[in-house]
Amino acid sequence: MATTTTEIEADIHAHDDHNHGPEPGLMRWVKTTNHKDIGYLYMWFAFSMLLIGGAMAMVIRLELLMPGLQYVEPQFFNQMTTMHGLIMVFGAIMPAFVGLANIMIPPMIGGPDMALPRMNNWSFWILPFAGAMLLSTMFMEGGGPAFGWTFYAPLSTTFAPDSTDFFIFAIHMLGFSSIMGAINIIATVMNLRASGMKLMDMPLFVWTWFITAFLLIAAMPVLAGAVTMMLTDRNFGTSFFDAAGGGDPVMFQHIFWFFGHPEVYIMILPAFGIVSQIIPTFARKPLFGYSSMVYATASIAILSFVVWAHHMFLTGMPVAGQMYFMYATILISVPTGVKVFNWVTTMWRGSMSFEIPMMWAVAFVILFTIGGLSGLMLGIVPADIQYHDTYFVVAHFHYVLVTGALFSIIAGVFYWLPKWCGNMFNEKLATIHFWWAVISVNVLFFPMHFLGLAGMPRRIPDYSLQFADFNWIASIGGFAFGLSFILLAYIVVDCIRNGKPVKEARVWESAKGLEWTLPTPAPYHTFTEEPPRELILKESSHSAH
Amino acid sequence: MQQSKDQYYVPEGSYWPIVGSIGMAFLLGGFASSLHGSGLGAGLAVLGLVIVVFMVFGWMGQVVSESEGGYYNQQVGKSFRIGMGWFIFSEVMFFAAFFGAMFYAREFSIPWLAGEGNNMWTAKLLWPEFSANWPLVKMPNPETFAVPSALVHAWGIPAINTMLLLCSGATLTWAHWALYNKKRDQLIYGMIATITLGVIFLGFQAYEYAHAYGDLNLKMTSGVYGSTFFLLTGFHGFHVTLGTVMLICILMRIIRGHFTPENHFAFEAVAWYWHFVDVVWLGLFIYVYWFTG
Amino acid sequence: MLNNRFFSTLFKILTLSLLAVPGLAFAEYGLNLPEGVTPISRDIYGLHMTIFWVCVGIAVLVFGVMIYSMINHRKSKGAVASNFHESTTIELVWTIVPLLILIIIAVPATRVLIDLEDTSKADMTVKITGYQWKWQYEYIDAEGEGINFFSNLAQKSRDGIKNAAIRSSDENYLQDVDKRLVLPVDTRVRFLMTSNDVIHSWWIRDFGVKQDANPGFINDAWAYIEKEGVYRGKCTELCGKDHGFMPIVVEVVSKAAYAKWVADEKAAAAAAAASGDREWSMDELMTQGAKVYSTNCAACHGVTGAGVPGAFPAMTGSPIVVDADKIPAHIDIIINGKSGTAMQAFGKQLSDSDIAAVVTYERNAFGNNTGEIVQPAEIKSAR
Ligand code: HEA
Ligand code: HEA
Ligand code: HEC
Ligand code: CUA
Ligand SMILES: [Cu+2]
Repeated sequence: MATTTTEIEADIHAHDDHNHGPEPGLMRWVKTTNHKDIGYLYMWFAFSMLLIGGAMAMVIRLELLMPGLQYVEPQFFNQMTTMHGLIMVFGAIMPAFVGLANIMIPPMIGGPDMALPRMNNWSFWILPFAGAMLLSTMFMEGGGPAFGWTFYAPLSTTFAPDSTDFFIFAIHMLGFSSIMGAINIIATVMNLRASGMKLMDMPLFVWTWFITAFLLIAAMPVLAGAVTMMLTDRNFGTSFFDAAGGGDPVMFQHIFWFFGHPEVYIMILPAFGIVSQIIPTFARKPLFGYSSMVYATASIAILSFVVWAHHMFLTGMPVAGQMYFMYATILISVPTGVKVFNWVTTMWRGSMSFEIPMMWAVAFVILFTIGGLSGLMLGIVPADIQYHDTYFVVAHFHYVLVTGALFSIIAGVFYWLPKWCGNMFNEKLATIHFWWAVISVNVLFFPMHFLGLAGMPRRIPDYSLQFADFNWIASIGGFAFGLSFILLAYIVVDCIRNGKPVKEARVWESAKGLEWTLPTPAPYHTFTEEPPRELILKESSHSAH
Repeated sequence: MQQSKDQYYVPEGSYWPIVGSIGMAFLLGGFASSLHGSGLGAGLAVLGLVIVVFMVFGWMGQVVSESEGGYYNQQVGKSFRIGMGWFIFSEVMFFAAFFGAMFYAREFSIPWLAGEGNNMWTAKLLWPEFSANWPLVKMPNPETFAVPSALVHAWGIPAINTMLLLCSGATLTWAHWALYNKKRDQLIYGMIATITLGVIFLGFQAYEYAHAYGDLNLKMTSGVYGSTFFLLTGFHGFHVTLGTVMLICILMRIIRGHFTPENHFAFEAVAWYWHFVDVVWLGLFIYVYWFTG
Repeated sequence: MLNNRFFSTLFKILTLSLLAVPGLAFAEYGLNLPEGVTPISRDIYGLHMTIFWVCVGIAVLVFGVMIYSMINHRKSKGAVASNFHESTTIELVWTIVPLLILIIIAVPATRVLIDLEDTSKADMTVKITGYQWKWQYEYIDAEGEGINFFSNLAQKSRDGIKNAAIRSSDENYLQDVDKRLVLPVDTRVRFLMTSNDVIHSWWIRDFGVKQDANPGFINDAWAYIEKEGVYRGKCTELCGKDHGFMPIVVEVVSKAAYAKWVADEKAAAAAAAASGDREWSMDELMTQGAKVYSTNCAACHGVTGAGVPGAFPAMTGSPIVVDADKIPAHIDIIINGKSGTAMQAFGKQLSDSDIAAVVTYERNAFGNNTGEIVQPAEIKSAR
């Protein structure tokens, strides 16, 4: 835990009556109720999972480098695909966003900490156990889950190895953790917000997370229900997903995607929030269309619950269902478009400079839009007949997840890191890292569009010869992109350990927001006194004050 | 809301969460291994359960003593309320998944298996013998399932149970009223009545299960109706059990003289929970037992 | 070889930048969907191109404005930030205009959708059943009624999976099967999809047909194929270990050739039924058994009979395979499978002689050397 020393130093500046600073030693991290401590734990956990999930992606890309089976057996390949998806979604992206929420929401709303700090600790400390249980399945007889991150029945029920029951309970634990995390965020935003801050004064990162938390509370229990039905179908003779007993394997897909589609927005709404914080800072202009941003976020969230079956156009649903889900799906482009247009207009006639966080934010806007537009193509039912379960879909969701969600996390980390640890990162290295990552990620994922259109299905360990060239390109891009994370790790650790200290509270000269009024590095206890309304209005990133 | 720095309360570090996580991992991991014939698994699961129970009592005990020690203020109470409210909402969504499964089976998969909509060929080639029926007593492939001889009749035990739970909601509200009005005796009687009703409900439910398994051959393995029936009522019964245990704890605290008309969040939380369990039961009674036609 | 790959790769990287050039660069190098050979596939292609260009248009507009502003409105150029941050009019415009664009796309999409879901009229019907990991085709009406066979990955492709030499000499690597689905040209064919175990999905790009095969349910799709030829596709729903090795090949022939094929098939089926009536020698059984084993059983139980621990039992030394008194059980598990596991019932898939051969083979190969022989007649009586 490289942050320990800085944290303890930070504590010297904090003075609080009934709360002492952090305990020394390892137990501090186990027992902590401090929102920042917990947030950092989340971030480190997410980063480790990113490396593990990424290493699995490297295995996938290595096997797909050339036709033929070179390095792994098909069953193991399927485990890699499945675990890669699960770990990235539940282990890397979601915990990273929860971590950012933990660290940043209290300072952004002028609060002291999270509303339910002990529960906050529990939300985190379930994760390593759940992650360990999930990973342990790979070492059991018959191997780990090999049925895709969507674990469709009956491949995951009747035809799955024994280890699947461990997988099921790992999902239960992950879900429990996410629900508690979400409850905490809702309670914090509703109850610990400085009294001078009205809802429509909240920074967008807070808004998007607030809405995301509702998505989590509504979606995660449904996933818990789905895996519970799997458990009883596997072990106790129920027949939810078995036609012979009146059930339906497609019912599993409905339940899964009722969770699964909101889940993908859970992974993008906070990203929208981060980018909406960064762009105004470096365009030196208030965010354009603040209230429309809030309404668009809410519309996306609501719509996300009524479009789930667009993942199931080919399951044989009635044609009326296909039509409805097509219209509802493409409708989401409208509020999302509003967001993109607002960002572009915020940049328009600003006075822009391109520090590292801004570069990532710009890359986000462009590449996420590409991913969103391919999503729109997927939403058209007849066309989806040709796209479904091919690499076109893989390309789509990596553009929205990697260059969307993951890029926004990287942007956010660069934006707030100096505030957290009090040091500036090495900007030269960070620039190299940016270009390296952005170029290689496109070499990695752009050709996948062509592979999909040319007919390559997803989740296959080997392919016929006409796909060889693009797979080769994608794999090379993949290895390059993978290496960029080693550089990223170096930049972050180097910044924490030996970075040039930053004196100013306002690390980026034109940044607005309460978090920038706190001293740098941020004190152990956030606002111990409530900020007054004048300050809140002055720091509002979207008003012209 | 006027806040100053003294009003913010951030608790000390705590071991309970990590204890809870370890307990949970043992409980679930052990259960999973026991499903595959590991004797050690069952032991681990029991150990995990003990740890979890220990954690719940320890954690709640700490909260109680902090609360009684006067550390909390209105703001903390409000956080707890928001937390409990949204936790209950998440439970609602959990039940929604099972209700959804039941409606799907009833409205879609069973009629489809019998050939409705664009499924003519399904019926013709795969299940020629099958015709749609709900509650499903005649499965598409009866050979591999326990075929029930009859169903649980709505106007027997389930109707009585509905009355019991509705009454328990009333007695709990009575107790709450008594708490507000400092009528300690009535408060305790109200609590005892509620707990008793809950326990009787559970007794009837257990009897009904025994009857269904023993006499009617209606089992979890009786096709999708049996699956939804037992999972819905089973999870509900589990929640009633938890609710009853929580009510008992609240009763103990009342007897020890905790709670004031102004400060009784724990009581309220448990009451909400109990009403939620009540409402779920109404849904069950209507859709699982009553309107099955 | 390497050089070739290198240059073709380089060439393709260059063509990427030519994306803006429609059509020509696309089709030839497999960058885009093909138009296909059915009315539906052409409609889909049209839709695909329409939305594609709409998306390109939107992207050019949005990125254009953004890049213009990034170039001109930067601090280092002395740009001074203006302070506007709200305009209801413009928000309305960029809500309504995209909405209109969506409606314009949705109309033709709906038309094609209704068309492709209408399977009511058809000249013939083929039932397609997915198995782990092969396809079964049953002609259930019209001329070919009664024809029923399985289609496995071709042996040459299977051999090439771990052998680069075979692979590079196999132009249809992983796209070839041992027995093709044969269909007549200019005929409205209805496909019925279902599965015997997990979910599979049957996809021929050139027909514009992709449909999930769900166990216990039947989905339908149709195609009117206008051009003779060989069309290749893949299973597109993850269906377990060998999901990647479950290709589909359809041969579309003239109506006359189709009639001849039907007659040949029926004659062959009659001959196969007769082969079970005679006594077979050990050698014959072993040769036939090795063939049956490698197409039907090796995928799970392994080429060497070692299985996959925890998933598929080994054949080497398994009591049911080596104990003399378990011959009936051995035959039984092959004929009836074991429900609730991946071990499927082979009774309807294999003839008496094939089952006899594979039983004999398993009992004598992989070092089992029991010396026991099982004759087709025993299978017949066991059924
Ligand atoms: C962060 C995650 C994320 C996000 C944000 C999205 C966003 C969208 N997704 Fe995606 N999607 C996934 C993650 C995500 N998706 C994943 C993981 C899968 C695969 C799951 C699996 O099977 O494993 C998937 C799969 C998937 C499918 C199923 C494909 C298939 O399996 O056949 C579909 C189909 O409709 C779809 C559609 C969309 C649409 C319409 C959007 C929209 O929200 C996009 C909206 C954005 C824009 C359109 C761009 C910006 C807008 C403008 C510039 C305005 C102008 C635009 C217009 C007027 C059109 N997605
Ligand atoms: C949520 C986020 C997320 C993220 C960040 C990623 C990141 C990546 N994904 Fe992921 N992916 C999914 C979510 C995600 N993916 C999902 C949901 C699926 C579907 C699963 C399914 O089908 O069920 C999927 C499927 C998927 C496939 C399809 C597999 C298949 O269908 O068989 C592929 C194939 O190329 C792929 C590749 C990659 C690569 C190369 C990265 C890279 O961006 C990863 C980069 C990171 C690293 C490489 C780690 C850091 C570096 C090291 C550990 C050092 C070692 C480095 C080297 C050895 C070079 N992914
Ligand atoms: C899709 C996978 C799959 C295929 C193909 C398959 N099997 Fe099996 N087989 C299994 C599984 C799984 C079992 C274990 C069933 C159980 O749990 O008892 C099994 C069990 C067996 C057994 C009993 C072994 C024992 O030790 O109990 C025999 C014999 C057998 N298979 C023979 C065959 C033959 C012969 C073929 C080909 C004609 C074949 N199998 C094809 C999956 C398969
Ligand atoms: Cu069959 Cu994939
Ligand atoms: Cu979706």
